[in-house]
Amino acid sequence: MNQRQLLTGNAAAAWGARLADVDYIPAFPITPQTEIIELLAQWVANGLMPARFTTMDSEHSMLTAAGAAAATGARVFTATSSQGLLYGFEVLYTIAGWRVPLVLVNVSRALASPITLEADHNDILSARDSGFLQIHAETCQEVLDSILMAYRLAEDQNVMLPLLVNLDGFTLSFTREPVVLPTAEEVAEFLPAYQPRHAFLRGDQPMAQGTAVLGGAPYSYFRYQQHLAQQHALAVHGVVADEFATRFGRRYDLVDQFQLDDADYVLVMSNAMATKGRAAVERWRGQGKSVGLLRLRVLRPFPAAAIATALAGRKAVAVIDQNLAPGLGGITYQEIATALYHEKTRPPVVSIIGGLGGKDISDAEFDVALSDMEHAAAGEAVGGPRLLYIKAEQERMRTLLRIAGKEVVA
Amino acid sequence: MTTPTSPEFAAITSLKQINREEFVLPGTAICGGCGGLEALRLAAKVIGPKVVYVNAAGCFTLLATFPYTPFKGSWLYTSMASAAAGAQGVRDALDVLMARGKLSESENIDVVVVAGDGSTYDMALSATSGAIFRGVNFWYFCYDNESYGNTGMQMSSATPYGVRTQTTPVGEKARAGTEHGKKDLFEIWRAHRPAYLATVSPRFPIDLTNKFLEAKQRRGPKLFIAHAPCPTGWLYEPELTADYARSAVETGIFALKKAIDGVVTHTYVPRRQIPVEDYLRGQGRYRHLFEPARNTEVIQKIQDQVDRYWAHVHETTGAAR
Repeated sequence: MNQRQLLTGNAAAAWGARLADVDYIPAFPITPQTEIIELLAQWVANGLMPARFTTMDSEHSMLTAAGAAAATGARVFTATSSQGLLYGFEVLYTIAGWRVPLVLVNVSRALASPITLEADHNDILSARDSGFLQIHAETCQEVLDSILMAYRLAEDQNVMLPLLVNLDGFTLSFTREPVVLPTAEEVAEFLPAYQPRHAFLRGDQPMAQGTAVLGGAPYSYFRYQQHLAQQHALAVHGVVADEFATRFGRRYDLVDQFQLDDADYVLVMSNAMATKGRAAVERWRGQGKSVGLLRLRVLRPFPAAAIATALAGRKAVAVIDQNLAPGLGGITYQEIATALYHEKTRPPVVSIIGGLGGKDISDAEFDVALSDMEHAAAGEAVGGPRLLYIKAEQERMRTLLRIAGKEVVA
Repeated sequence: MTTPTSPEFAAITSLKQINREEFVLPGTAICGGCGGLEALRLAAKVIGPKVVYVNAAGCFTLLATFPYTPFKGSWLYTSMASAAAGAQGVRDALDVLMARGKLSESENIDVVVVAGDGSTYDMALSATSGAIFRGVNFWYFCYDNESYGNTGMQMSSATPYGVRTQTTPVGEKARAGTEHGKKDLFEIWRAHRPAYLATVSPRFPIDLTNKFLEAKQRRGPKLFIAHAPCPTGWLYEPELTADYARSAVETGIFALKKAIDGVVTHTYVPRRQIPVEDYLRGQGRYRHLFEPARNTEVIQKIQDQVDRYWAHVHETTGAAR
């Protein structure tokens, strides 16, 4: 019997771990993720989950314990955010190199300095080269469903890589939405218990894991294996998504297409802010404008073919990056432009930076994105990246600078 | 006050009683004459083959170089700062898998952190403190060669006063080399009240074996600091490792002791304490104290530190000198 509950994104993540019947949860608190581990701690304490829960001394330790437990043969779940992800950063590469299939939830939060709490994606995107697979969720339901799919994907013998599920801090982590909770029995049929065949530790079968290599040839071999495994994950995701849709009636593809069939213009976004993008598309559709939205969902492996297919032949594309690579621009813009480079009918691609540190994106700012696309489609040069920032915000910022005693140049 | 004792264990009294089976096999990339490897070899004879060595970055990381391993047990290299957290993860996983019937008790293994002093005294101090605090049932074996050895002998916080390293060179403004004193890790760890804590020397195999045998009876953190004379970094001939390991103990510089539930016992008290100079002289890392001119002040300061330590031991234990 399916249960429908109002859950925050964090609670949905915790339910994902509970329904996946994980064995082990090493934890460390950080805003805005903490609610996830608090819920799991309560369920373990009340005997509702047969897992072991250990509060560690840092994210670096937490991720090491998570990876080591997975290397021992346990199904492992853990969660972090922002500074925590960066504090444990080297361990991400280590775990990926161990080829163990744990799931790590990241609740996006902009990075210091300045220290802050609300979402953008520089934290999660910093891990894009680590070897972890990445799924970015837009809704609370998708958070839960993605965690269940994540274990199937990560534990597939042709993949065997850890996976990061991302949800936005505050806008999703603390937002309640109706979430359909599948039963434990239904999930167990979709996701049977983990049977480690590649990496485990047992008294009767000694195994050396994480050994050093000397020289570039063996290193290249092992590192490239991660790339091949990521490429396998594209096909495996299709199989997992089909089965998930059959069993649970909800379909998740590598990319999420909204009003795309006949769209001349396409907004490319990710995570919770894409919900506002959908609203903008609907508003524009009401004005007779042919716009659609492509939401990036699986970021690693990068679904270049699916993206190229979705975007080739359009009049123009605007990529809204909720991140900034100073000195370069938007991070996903670079990857999308690359995916389109070999297309014969490639559209102009506009680069827009919006929503840094949880800043809102207003209707007027979405309209600028559309207007940029229209200009680009008309063959005009559109500089970039463009930072979305409205006048009221600028005036407020000037006030703050004045209070701080800084000269304000008009 | 009574000294807490461990559950009964059969202490050995002769070298012949040491297990003849080898669990760390020869033919590794480790330097000839490595005192740390000899200590680990002896420790492994007690711990046995059903084990995973959880390693931190350091010299011993080269023990398991793909596709070779010298161990009869398992191995997991982690990072420089978090081997103890890795031990926590392995231990927790084994425990929960057994509790859930996914792993049989006969497949259970011991978890042993193997880390050098650079990791242990510096970068991993916090992760290890966490594991001890949480009472993880694991072993920690620190091979202490008193420097960042694998990177070529730079100062770590285990480097003693008066040692020349690559990052504490001797110069006009730095006559002693290393100005800091060695961090007292034994006391830092002891403050956590681990189940078992001891220092060991590869040149005192009976003492070493008995400590591992005694620790084996106890659940919880079992922590060892192994004196690891290092010919490559300390600059002496490899065949002299045993001599330096012995004189470190006989001069009183390296104290053999244990702490059970926090209560300290010195397991070997040098009867006639030999002058520290006996230990210092001949090691390249101390050469500046003797050449071109004798640096009496630094040598005396080292002697004073050692004398103060033992005076305090004799005072507090009432042991005869």
